Amino acid sequence: MSRTFLMLVRRDLLLARRQGGGSLLSITFFVLVVSLFPLGVGPAPETLERIAAGTIWVAALLSVLLSLDRMFQADLEDGSLDQLALLPLPLSLVVLAKTIAHWLTTGLPLTLAAPLLGLLMQLSPDAYGALIAAMLLGTPILSLIGAIGAALTVGVRRGGVLLTLIVTPLYIPVLIFGVSAAEAAAQGFSYSAHMLFLSAILSGAIVIAPIAAAWALKLALD
Amino acid sequence: MHRFANPTRFLRLAAAVLPFSAAVAALCLGAGVVWGLFFAPPDYQQGDTVRIMFIHVPAAMMAMGVYAGMAISSAIALIWRHAVADLIAKASAPIGATFCFICLVTGSLWGKPMWGTWWVWDARLTSMLIMLFIYLGYMALWQAFDDQTKAARAAAILALVGAINLPVIKFSVEWWNTLHQPASLITMSGPKIHESLLWPLLLMIVGFGAYYLTVLIYRVRAEIHMRRTRMLRLAQADRHAAMQAAE
Repeated sequence: MSRTFLMLVRRDLLLARRQGGGSLLSITFFVLVVSLFPLGVGPAPETLERIAAGTIWVAALLSVLLSLDRMFQADLEDGSLDQLALLPLPLSLVVLAKTIAHWLTTGLPLTLAAPLLGLLMQLSPDAYGALIAAMLLGTPILSLIGAIGAALTVGVRRGGVLLTLIVTPLYIPVLIFGVSAAEAAAQGFSYSAHMLFLSAILSGAIVIAPIAAAWALKLALD
Repeated sequence: MHRFANPTRFLRLAAAVLPFSAAVAALCLGAGVVWGLFFAPPDYQQGDTVRIMFIHVPAAMMAMGVYAGMAISSAIALIWRHAVADLIAKASAPIGATFCFICLVTGSLWGKPMWGTWWVWDARLTSMLIMLFIYLGYMALWQAFDDQTKAARAAAILALVGAINLPVIKFSVEWWNTLHQPASLITMSGPKIHESLLWPLLLMIVGFGAYYLTVLIYRVRAEIHMRRTRMLRLAQADRHAAMQAAE
């Protein structure tokens, strides 16, 4: 069972690499959105420092949103989703495998790109650790909740816009705790409480999201 | 509960309940509005603006209550494939969204004289706004599917995911608010409410509840009739096609 699971993760990673450009596009979009903010609010370092963590988080959230609609769509179109549903593995674990692959190709690269953007945005030096740690905990939640939205809208016309409408409100807690972790660290406070909240949400999402997404996928399959 | 999965039985129950709920809604809303707007004394701090409360508070309570009802009927629909529960959830969403919108608009109108601005990122205002977005997403998901049974199940899953998420959102927004906003704004939770304002408020709350029930019954009834009409039309078209083939 765990062998099948790992093979599924590897298959999705391979597909992402061969089809090319997926992660690179998200990162480019991420950098692009962040670089709009200095143009919008002005280049004063104090202003940028004040909004740095929030901007980076919002941009990361948008990049994840953009990447969600292909999560199950390609597999539905070429019929491999039907094959995946026939695996001896429960569909919820198939979803989990695909979510892990999604995180490895979007959330993780975004987290790795975040320090660079921190430099561009004059992020306070004390906040880097908190920002990266919060993103490591937070971006998997974005992928998990996103999987529910992607599964619900997989067979739907113009699913992309609908997907963002459904998923964005559910992302708000992650944004709040993620940003306030970095801000607490920047002001020299402990940010462990924020980390604990993010961990709690992640633990809940790991259990609930694959099940809910699997229910939703079954709708697209009949 | 399963007795009412049969739409005909549900319609019979609805027809019996409707006159009562409509009468209670009309009486309570009428009495509450007159009492609240003309006879209740103005607040010693807020003056006449306190009367916005008689619309604002019941609307906020109903916005949350309707979502809870929607989530419960979605769960019933998912677990027991209860046909009428789906319709109740579907019919509730626009009503709940409207209550949510009324709550936001009256809150904004109330905020202008009290806080000096139309909008503040107060914890309660913010979580109401997010709730409105969740309602809108739910309604959009219903619209997106051609097949009504699929739409019903997808929407039910979303309603339940939203129900799990709403307390987390509410909590996180409150946490965020206490970090970002000075507490001076939140003067509303100050003195306990006086009896002279409490009675009209209670009347309005009961009135809003009864109004919801009345509109819900109308909407579910319309939905059932619409589906029946569609089935009849499809059957007629089938017969027509069969006759033409025979000729």
